[in-house]
Amino acid sequence: MNTDVVIVPTGTANTASVIAAFRRLGAEPRSAGNPEEIRDTDYVVLPGVGAFGAAMERIDEEGFRETLVDRIEDGRPTLAICLGMQLLGEKSDESPSVSGLGVVPESVTRLPQDLTVPQIGWNRVIPDPRSRFLDLGWAYFANSYKLSTVPDGWVGAQTEYGGEFTSAIERGDVLACQFHPELSGSWGADLLRRWLDGAESRS
Amino acid sequence: MAAPRLIPCLDVKDGRVVKGIRFQNLRDAGDPVAQAAMYQDQGADEIVILDVSATPEGRGHAVETTASVRQVLSIPLTVGGGVRKVEDALALLEAGADKVAVNTAAVQRPELIAELADRFGSQCTVLAVDAAQRTDGDWEVVVHGGRTRTGRNVERWVRSAAARGAGEILLTSWDRDGTRSGYDIDLIEAVTAAVDIPVIASGGADNADHLEDALSSGATAVLIASILHDGVTTVGSLKRQLLANGTEVRP
Repeated sequence: MNTDVVIVPTGTANTASVIAAFRRLGAEPRSAGNPEEIRDTDYVVLPGVGAFGAAMERIDEEGFRETLVDRIEDGRPTLAICLGMQLLGEKSDESPSVSGLGVVPESVTRLPQDLTVPQIGWNRVIPDPRSRFLDLGWAYFANSYKLSTVPDGWVGAQTEYGGEFTSAIERGDVLACQFHPELSGSWGADLLRRWLDGAESRS
Repeated sequence: MAAPRLIPCLDVKDGRVVKGIRFQNLRDAGDPVAQAAMYQDQGADEIVILDVSATPEGRGHAVETTASVRQVLSIPLTVGGGVRKVEDALALLEAGADKVAVNTAAVQRPELIAELADRFGSQCTVLAVDAAQRTDGDWEVVVHGGRTRTGRNVERWVRSAAARGAGEILLTSWDRDGTRSGYDIDLIEAVTAAVDIPVIASGGADNADHLEDALSSGATAVLIASILHDGVTTVGSLKRQLLANGTEVRP
């Protein structure tokens, strides 16, 4: 089976771990070169490490915004990871003057100041029982910002770090995770597998 | 809350895992890919690879080792050793590291920390600090595998590193490294009081009680090496003991 997966180059992201994780699942990940690839490929991954503003700037420079918004609105197989999930929001405290993709009517805010930030480590993910992809388990996080609520029309998961935050959301074949599934051991690999399989069974 | 992490550390020299006492008398401890995979299977929460050949000999095989380990590893990987500039870190990140640790080069040129944090983010930027206790009780930063004392105060150094954008401190007690006599709890308390970013305690672990002591003193993660490499215990066994004693870890 040749499962094509394209990874959106957000410039700041370290994608080697994402590529290695998909290869272990038998998929063939590569970096997207142009907006058409994001439109035409079955599986798209929006990774993200680094700053909200820098990543959106790169997405706009490359002309990826419209095709990304379209496929997320259409519920086509799209996986957003960490900062990638935050980019779905309208804006972020991290880069207040920058517009996100806006497919989720939410603002991204900082984790509580009185805690160790960034949150670096493994934490519990507690999904809504209606989730198709998400499962109860431990995931690896490295984040200073987060979404606080599950938007209407989406199903989500919660995680506790000085109060609950939204650690993942899914709608159609779109899955967005604040944690790193590619670094979350066998639990994360199983999640990536369900996303590939589940999305395939509907296409 | 995030669970404390148990992190096996592989000191790698010329592509092989080595272990010594106080960074000296290195002995062969195996193949890094096989060891990383084994510790992952035991339940390790992350792997740290430090290329110990990089600083003294000016060279390392860290990029190749990183790429090979990444293929088998589905947990976070931090790599350090010989990172002197942004390009060195980029090569490691592109090979598959999730975080990069800097040590000697940051002491020599502290701006390196800000350069890495600006380019890759704080969550990618780990400051490794080797601390030796002085006769007056304070801790001093040592570099070049402990051969050079810098006179720099450890608490002031970590505070300035955090202000420059370091996202995590990997704190090694030079006095305890490889001795299996327990972590330097006073050092952990001093450093975790000085900064709000996560601190990984390193140097001296012998048993689960030592890990618990470090974690209850403010460390958010513990580095383990000798007792794993020598087959004294496993990550799984340490985690079971921690859980039995009421310290929540990822099972």
